[in-house]
Amino acid sequence: MAKFMTLPEAVAQNLSSGDTVAFEGFTHLIPHASAHEAIRQGVKDLTLVRMTPDVIYDQLIGIGAVRKLIFSYAGNPGVGLLRRLRGAVENGWPHAIEIEEHSHAAMANAYEAGASGLPFAVFRGYKGAELARVNPNIRSVTCPFTGEQLAAVPAIRPDVTFIHAQKADRKGNVLIEGIIGVQKEAVLAAKRSVVTVEEIVDDLSTHPNACVLPGWAVTAICLVPGGAHPSYAHGYYPRDNASYIAWDKIAADRDTFLAWMKENVLDATPEDFAGRIKDLRSAA
Amino acid sequence: MSQFTRDEMMTIAASRALKNTDVCFVGIGAPSAACNIARLTHAPDITLIYESGTIGTAPSVLPLSIGDGELCDTAVTTVSVPEMFRYWLQGGRVTVGFLGAAQIDRFGNINTTVIGDYDHPKTRLPGGGGAPEIASSCGEIFITVKQSRRAMVDKIDFFTSFGHGEGGDHRERLGLTTKGPTLMVTDLAVWKPDPVTREFTVVSLHPGVTREMVQAECGWTVRFADKLEETPAPTGIELSTLRDLNARTKAAHSGGKTGEAA
Repeated sequence: MAKFMTLPEAVAQNLSSGDTVAFEGFTHLIPHASAHEAIRQGVKDLTLVRMTPDVIYDQLIGIGAVRKLIFSYAGNPGVGLLRRLRGAVENGWPHAIEIEEHSHAAMANAYEAGASGLPFAVFRGYKGAELARVNPNIRSVTCPFTGEQLAAVPAIRPDVTFIHAQKADRKGNVLIEGIIGVQKEAVLAAKRSVVTVEEIVDDLSTHPNACVLPGWAVTAICLVPGGAHPSYAHGYYPRDNASYIAWDKIAADRDTFLAWMKENVLDATPEDFAGRIKDLRSAA
Repeated sequence: MSQFTRDEMMTIAASRALKNTDVCFVGIGAPSAACNIARLTHAPDITLIYESGTIGTAPSVLPLSIGDGELCDTAVTTVSVPEMFRYWLQGGRVTVGFLGAAQIDRFGNINTTVIGDYDHPKTRLPGGGGAPEIASSCGEIFITVKQSRRAMVDKIDFFTSFGHGEGGDHRERLGLTTKGPTLMVTDLAVWKPDPVTREFTVVSLHPGVTREMVQAECGWTVRFADKLEETPAPTGIELSTLRDLNARTKAAHSGGKTGEAA
């Protein structure tokens, strides 16, 4: 059954150095506050999993918390490349990282296999694609019925998954709305899960087919209004595109990056996120 | 006829290839503009799909990311990403995939992964995202790319998305049953694959463009069709629709306010 606690407590109880961790979110509902808390607590040697690593993974990599990255698209959407990720891959700063690269179809299927309790995912993919040459975890199976060769990748089973959602009720049932990405699968594939929410309500007041994670399927819930910023929470505040554009310049220089991290992450708190969305909220 | 830029000609020529009945998987960037111009002009009922799970979306401005809130607000339905890739893409429901490219060769193979060696890249690009399976599962692939010798190369550094491979029947030999790249629209010309070799061949030059101009911005020796046509210039409606869309998009994405807030 989900326990309500503060975000520092949830990170301390559920994330350790060396863990395989997914901070999921597909442009929408990206758990920025959780990633920042992980950075503040100084966890190291993480294997980060995510379909679309963007700003928070750039921050985790640049601060030196990451050993390996499993991903399918590493960019700043609509802006360009991830400069701290490039710094690690191209120049080994602050240290080299291992990468395991897939396609979206493979990652989505691998999360679903993890949630389904299967050891691997099977799908029709990677035909002629060179990733199969550089990633030994991309293999193939033969359909026992038709003989068709299909792609196979290992299931994703994170030690812990962090997501951000719109709301939870007082029993800990979580509602995710809008672009729901792969968050449900990422939570169900993980051994533990931490969900930050915009608000805690008496009644989710939703419809029968809504995307709801029952409280008993979640480990911890933390109230962190604005916890997705500069990503967005549908119905609460829009995507802060200007911050994504600004990140490109911040991340371009090591000193500028470190100074920004000190001011906005290391010396900040989860409560600061509410202030960051105040002006955006009125625009939503 | 009003004046127009090469970029405008590229977007409009690309938009004309889409039909009202198409179900189109939209890549971000140049393809997104072309797909929405098609929807706002001759193909109002086209189904536009973005990989964030939004099916049948009709945004008023071009999204900055593939997951902007307006895509969901205006969609017929929004599904999870695993459902998107399993049921809708792999299930064979998408007629056209519209892709851009960082690097492309004459057979429509695309690289968006690395410049240089994979293990020691000169430039680490974002990677394939949905493209490898979009390229293999959609009924056919349209590509739009701005011509340059950096983008259009003799040999790509990495096969992110398979086009026609080495040409000829290479797709069939790999067991691919979809058509692969059938159209490429650049800022200078319209290209189609040769029916036998599958090499992209210029079939139409945009107004005012010469063969020499196309060759100057392409890293391989360009083949031209025997009967070379001229791309019809943008109509007044096409141009004003594109310019209005670009102006709305610019206003929405500038400053602290975002697409959703506009």
